[in-house]
Amino acid sequence: MNRLLEVENLGVNFKTYGGEVKAVRNVSFHVDKGEIVAIVGESGSGKSVTVQTVMGLIPKPPAIINSGKVLFEGKDLMTLSKKQLKKVNGSKMSMVFQDPMTSLNPTMKIGHQIAEVLIVHKNLSKAEARKKAIEMIKLVGIPNAEERYDQYPHEFSGGMRQRAMISIALACSPELLIADEPTTALDVTIQAQVLELMKDLKTKINTAIILITHDLGVVAETAERVIVMYAGMIMETSSVDAIFNNPKHPYTWGLLESIPDITTSSEKQRLIPIEGTPPDLFSPPIGCPFAPRCKYAMEICVNQMPPDFEIDEGHTAKCWLNDPRSLGAEEILELRGRGREREASTN
Amino acid sequence: MYILKRLGAMLLTIWIIATLTFMVMKFIPGDPFATDADVYPEDVLQNLRAAYNLDKPVPVQYFLYMKDLITLNLGTSIVSDTRTVNSIIGSGFVASATVGLLAMVVAIVFGVLLGIVAALNHNKAIDYVSMVIAIIGISIPNFILAPLLIKIFAVDLSLLPVASWGSWKHAILPALALSTTPLAIVARYTRSSMLDVLNQNYMKTADAKGLSTYRIVLQHGIRNAILPVITFIGPLFVSLITGTFVIEKIFAIPGIGRYFVDSIFNRDYPVIMGTTVFYSVILVVILFLIDLSYRFIDPRIKLTSKEG
Amino acid sequence: MMNKQADQDLFRPVDPAYYDDKEVFRPSLSVWKETVLSVLKNKLALLGLTLLFLIVTLAIVGPMMAPYGGSEQNLMNTNAEPSSEHWFGTDDLGRDVWVRTWLGARVSLTIGIAAALIDLIIGLIVGGISGYMAGRGKKGDQIDGVLMRLVEILYGIPYLLLVILLMVVMEPGIKTIIIALSVTGWVGMARIVRGQILQLKSNEYIQAAEKLGTSTPKIIMRHLLPNTMGIIIVNLTFTIPSAIFAESFLSFIGLGVQAPLASWGTMANDALGVILSGHWWRLFFPGLMISLTMFAFNALGDGLQDSLDPRARK
Repeated sequence: MNRLLEVENLGVNFKTYGGEVKAVRNVSFHVDKGEIVAIVGESGSGKSVTVQTVMGLIPKPPAIINSGKVLFEGKDLMTLSKKQLKKVNGSKMSMVFQDPMTSLNPTMKIGHQIAEVLIVHKNLSKAEARKKAIEMIKLVGIPNAEERYDQYPHEFSGGMRQRAMISIALACSPELLIADEPTTALDVTIQAQVLELMKDLKTKINTAIILITHDLGVVAETAERVIVMYAGMIMETSSVDAIFNNPKHPYTWGLLESIPDITTSSEKQRLIPIEGTPPDLFSPPIGCPFAPRCKYAMEICVNQMPPDFEIDEGHTAKCWLNDPRSLGAEEILELRGRGREREASTN
Repeated sequence: MYILKRLGAMLLTIWIIATLTFMVMKFIPGDPFATDADVYPEDVLQNLRAAYNLDKPVPVQYFLYMKDLITLNLGTSIVSDTRTVNSIIGSGFVASATVGLLAMVVAIVFGVLLGIVAALNHNKAIDYVSMVIAIIGISIPNFILAPLLIKIFAVDLSLLPVASWGSWKHAILPALALSTTPLAIVARYTRSSMLDVLNQNYMKTADAKGLSTYRIVLQHGIRNAILPVITFIGPLFVSLITGTFVIEKIFAIPGIGRYFVDSIFNRDYPVIMGTTVFYSVILVVILFLIDLSYRFIDPRIKLTSKEG
Repeated sequence: MMNKQADQDLFRPVDPAYYDDKEVFRPSLSVWKETVLSVLKNKLALLGLTLLFLIVTLAIVGPMMAPYGGSEQNLMNTNAEPSSEHWFGTDDLGRDVWVRTWLGARVSLTIGIAAALIDLIIGLIVGGISGYMAGRGKKGDQIDGVLMRLVEILYGIPYLLLVILLMVVMEPGIKTIIIALSVTGWVGMARIVRGQILQLKSNEYIQAAEKLGTSTPKIIMRHLLPNTMGIIIVNLTFTIPSAIFAESFLSFIGLGVQAPLASWGTMANDALGVILSGHWWRLFFPGLMISLTMFAFNALGDGLQDSLDPRARK
């Protein structure tokens, strides 16, 4: 069995003064050993909440997990005690956060922050942990590893800190690495380096990676499979090829249209944003959550939640357009009187 | 380099305080012996004034005063002319320091503890209860609390001595009364600092690393939360010094604070001036030490770096 | 046939205006409204506000509720326990403690509020000028530098120590206490105002307003002041109780208001000698009132701080 992680029917709410926010609804997906899966979506789509729930990092309260299973190597993490979960976290499953500037403890030496994981999970002695930590610092491409071991985070640049974060996450050679927008806070050139590093380490350590991002460019370069999330739900999931060549959800089309295209940069090309904002998750629409922003919305979209239509093996899309009864997308656009031609989604 | 700069600033502050004290005292209409005019004959008064340099022009007086300060001679009491300010401070120091330091330790240890426990139980009953206790602690002035403590523990329960000075038992009630307000302030300060730290991303990292709760709270949480609390020791110290004025009076402790209040009452100007300067020096030195230790403890601040 | 018709209806494109009147997106509350709402929701702040209202009311009408004058002595009825005649008992001169407590409240509250207001005004002016001038050419930096040196020096001197010195040489009385408290009290406020202004100045909207040629007074009135208001109000709720504490502290060590005027501090001081003889009411009532007043202001300040802090808001 190659399945590493299986999330079934996950639902997470947040209790606030204004009521309960339905942050994640009915989310199911899986990750196989050694593969890179990307979760894509705009801010507030529930990507971070989903993976933090998987890691058991979501604070309860205010969060309430109202349904779902998280099977990791066949064991349901939801049924584990806090203590048992701590044995998994950081050793078999680890996480890299978005902002390397604030994710490291400012008053602890970088080396200690790496060695700490080894001491806790691998029962290494202090000296052994130090040796291994220095190896890790070298592995993630930080020069002068021994000297760097004794430095504090403020002596590191943003990219170097993210490398340090990655070395913490990979110190125990985990089966699964969750990277929550690991490059968003970095300069573009550093971004590429960090992604390259992660891909490289993935082959060295054979770790599966969940990569959270809102940048489809990053997805195209790194991931093997893609999950598109919107308003706390999975809209479309498929292989990277299918997402770029045969997307089946208007939200995915929108995301693709908003990628800058370098190949046609000679002409002045405008990015096409998805108009509108995500719906209020206090009382999400009964029908498709994307319908209010969708150019192709139909009566049924307003009133009925679309099921996951299977397009191909491993490719599903939660959109009524894929129902055999539906009209084609072009026809709908014409009928809605907008006539604006959809940009080819296959650019 | 930084230390030298700070030392310079320290001396400047002490000089300003001493000058200010001198000027304030010169604002007094007449001289300290004006009220004794009917008691003593003119030539005795003349001698007294000469003894205290009051017959010389003000700039000369200032110069002599500064010269005395530099040689650590704080002057002689007018009321009891056999006692020098130095001997008063010397004899009161042990009692004052005992009560003050005891109160300081109690305030910091229990204040930090209370603040951390409250923060770790944020928005739960323990949090609310500790913070209400803290506000009450801030609200009750020590000169109200002290008599109350005497009434309960010394008079009604007869557990501890009512007042005066002698065995360790005499220090308990004064230290307790003195520590309440600073304790409450430290607790509030620690709580908000700890809450701030708990919300930091690196705490989430620590959790994701699968560290034990003990390790997360102690090594990653408290260490960072306690740093800003150190800067609070300065103001805490000031509040303790002023607190000793009333506490030593209420408990009849022969400390510097009580001599100071008595000197105010008797308008014993050399003692008032001398004690004020002494307090200021102690305070400035403490502030300097705190600043220094902070820079030593927090790796983000280097001693070589510029101010701020 | 029927089914097909139904399907066609279902899959008919929806009118683009369909969602226009639906509340898919949540309207946001104005900051001010949200603040008032959350203050009212904060039980502690509400308790503080209620207590303050009660204390102020009693300070105004309390002395009139009993048929005695504040310094009216009755040597036939000294140190009487609280009773229906004398609600808070009498002191060693037979004066009514209830009346004296509320007369003392007037003194304490007047001093506290007046000193805090003077602190506020001086602090606003010095802090405002300093913050505004900083970074405005060489001259601006010099003005800021001089003012901040002054603030630093005053900040380095223990507040109560200086006040004590001043009180020693000045004529005792309410005015003197207010002056002595304000001589150094404004320093804290000036630091806060300056810090706020400096922080606001770096905001892009202020820089934009400046580049667009908005006049300086208008920038101060429209942008800087409203945005510092919150922190100033919170600070005020903390300076008033500390001024009240300072007053009762001074009165307690014999430097405050002089007889026959009563303040909570002098009453507590007078009662000190008799606490052992069991005349608890003479210390208890003024002590309780100082504590309640301080509690009320602190609770209100805490509540306000929570509601004005966007990080604390949920």
